[in-house]
Amino acid sequence: MADYKSLYQEVILDHNKKPRNYGTLERASHHAVGHNPLCGDHISVALNLDRECIDCIAFQGESCAICKASASMMTTAIKGKSRADAEILIQEFLAMATGKLDLDSPNHIGRLAVFAGVCDLPTRVKCAILPWHTLHAAFNSVASTSTEENSGLGPMDAPIGNA
Amino acid sequence: MEAFDVERIRADFPILQLKIDGKPLVYLDNAASSQMPQPVIDCLVRYQTMQHANINRAVHTLSETATTEFEEARRKLQRFINAREEREVIFTSGTTDAINLVMHGYGRKLIKAGDEIILTTLEHHSNIVPWQMLAEETGAKIRVVPINDAGELLIDEYEKLFNARTKFVGVMHVSNALGTINPVKQMIAFAHAHGVPVLVDGAQAAPHLQVDVQDLDCDFYAFSGHKLCGPTGIGVLYGKAALLEKMQPFKGGGDMILSVTFEKTTYNTIPHKFEAGTPPIAAAIGLGAAVDYISAIGMDVIAAHELDLLNYATEQMNHMSGVRIIGTAEHKAAVLSFAVAGVHPHDIGTLLNQEGIAVRTGHHCAQPVMQRLNVPATSRASFAFYNTLAEVDALIAGIRTVQKVFA
Repeated sequence: MADYKSLYQEVILDHNKKPRNYGTLERASHHAVGHNPLCGDHISVALNLDRECIDCIAFQGESCAICKASASMMTTAIKGKSRADAEILIQEFLAMATGKLDLDSPNHIGRLAVFAGVCDLPTRVKCAILPWHTLHAAFNSVASTSTEENSGLGPMDAPIGNA
Repeated sequence: MEAFDVERIRADFPILQLKIDGKPLVYLDNAASSQMPQPVIDCLVRYQTMQHANINRAVHTLSETATTEFEEARRKLQRFINAREEREVIFTSGTTDAINLVMHGYGRKLIKAGDEIILTTLEHHSNIVPWQMLAEETGAKIRVVPINDAGELLIDEYEKLFNARTKFVGVMHVSNALGTINPVKQMIAFAHAHGVPVLVDGAQAAPHLQVDVQDLDCDFYAFSGHKLCGPTGIGVLYGKAALLEKMQPFKGGGDMILSVTFEKTTYNTIPHKFEAGTPPIAAAIGLGAAVDYISAIGMDVIAAHELDLLNYATEQMNHMSGVRIIGTAEHKAAVLSFAVAGVHPHDIGTLLNQEGIAVRTGHHCAQPVMQRLNVPATSRASFAFYNTLAEVDALIAGIRTVQKVFA
């Protein structure tokens, strides 16, 4: 078997095939839609905050395996967490996806480390971070976001041509 | 007739010897940009080493040499597309620049509120957006020729779009997303019967088909150098002299003037009227070398080999379960867009890349086609004359690997 640079691992393929928390929420306090104009992929994230705690979260959309698995694992990682902890994880994930996180220093990445290999594939970084970008937008009640929008989230601002 | 020796051709392209992660490069993204043969690389090196200076200006030897080489490149391009006169060949930075030139030079001067511009569903964004900008500015209206499920233009519908307000037609010769070869000669004849000029986007046709602008009788023909084994940053707009003379300049600056005072500026004659500023001299000369190279092989030989590749790849793909070809027009250039059931094109692209295979994935800057055919994106293998049947086999094996990973 070829070396897939640890990206298309079993866990990612599994989350792609059987995404967790896939669908919509009946009651959501926060919601955002993320869009990647590079490929036309889009993803929506809805969550309900109960006294700053994420008591439920769901996502749906059309996307590649990397994006869908990232979204699925994101929902399982932050469900039950406080908003503040989720924001920290967003920053850590974005740093990891762009190769700026030292995985040996203390962090909260855990199983999400399977996405570390994406930093070697610059054109795929946006696929992995779209769900996190969208979650960030949802917390800030931005109704719609795009990977091309400047949200101060650094890596999403890097332009990638579409010619 | 001597058989086409693809291995001898491949030896001319240094980049084809590359390995990607230890695997031989299988370059199937030629519709995005083609590779450059050694004679063109040598030409660029020779120019920069021994011939470079600015053109049309100084009396010194280098400037005269550069000017002569630049104008010789124009004549090579004239012969390549069989233009009647060399002044009908304008150097631009590429197809997009050429279309924008026509939009500004012709459109902004001659298209008014209520006028109609006919485009097709197949168009690349570069032949849509400039016209939308014009429509926004002038109040002109865009009408769109629909396609069938195979990706072919509905010519009956095209003809029905014509009326007294129709002032312009923009159509691509070959679809970059699907490979469809459009019946542009027939479409041009119909437009001309209504007194309407036609711009043909030839970006995907010039590298693969014999283009004869006099036979097509098109009013404008645009194409890019870098899809034609030439450098980036250079392209051509062919325009009929009478139309070019009627048009206003696109960019103002040096070279495009005869005289300048603050009271009045007199524009230069064509083609210089449309070549403001120092042009990409080296790139133009390199493109001249590229069309020499291609012409020496012969466009008919190139087209025949590419058709073999397309037919073989199509047959192989049709035998694969879970793989669907997007774009099944009767007349196609060697472009194969496809979908693999249950796998997103970006994942296909990344996994194929890990096998050394370069394909394009995405909407191919042709979102209206994708919407019409109900696919968010496709994977696209696009062939050039230096590709081989063995590379088609590598592609097919790569797709099987993708299917295995996602099984």
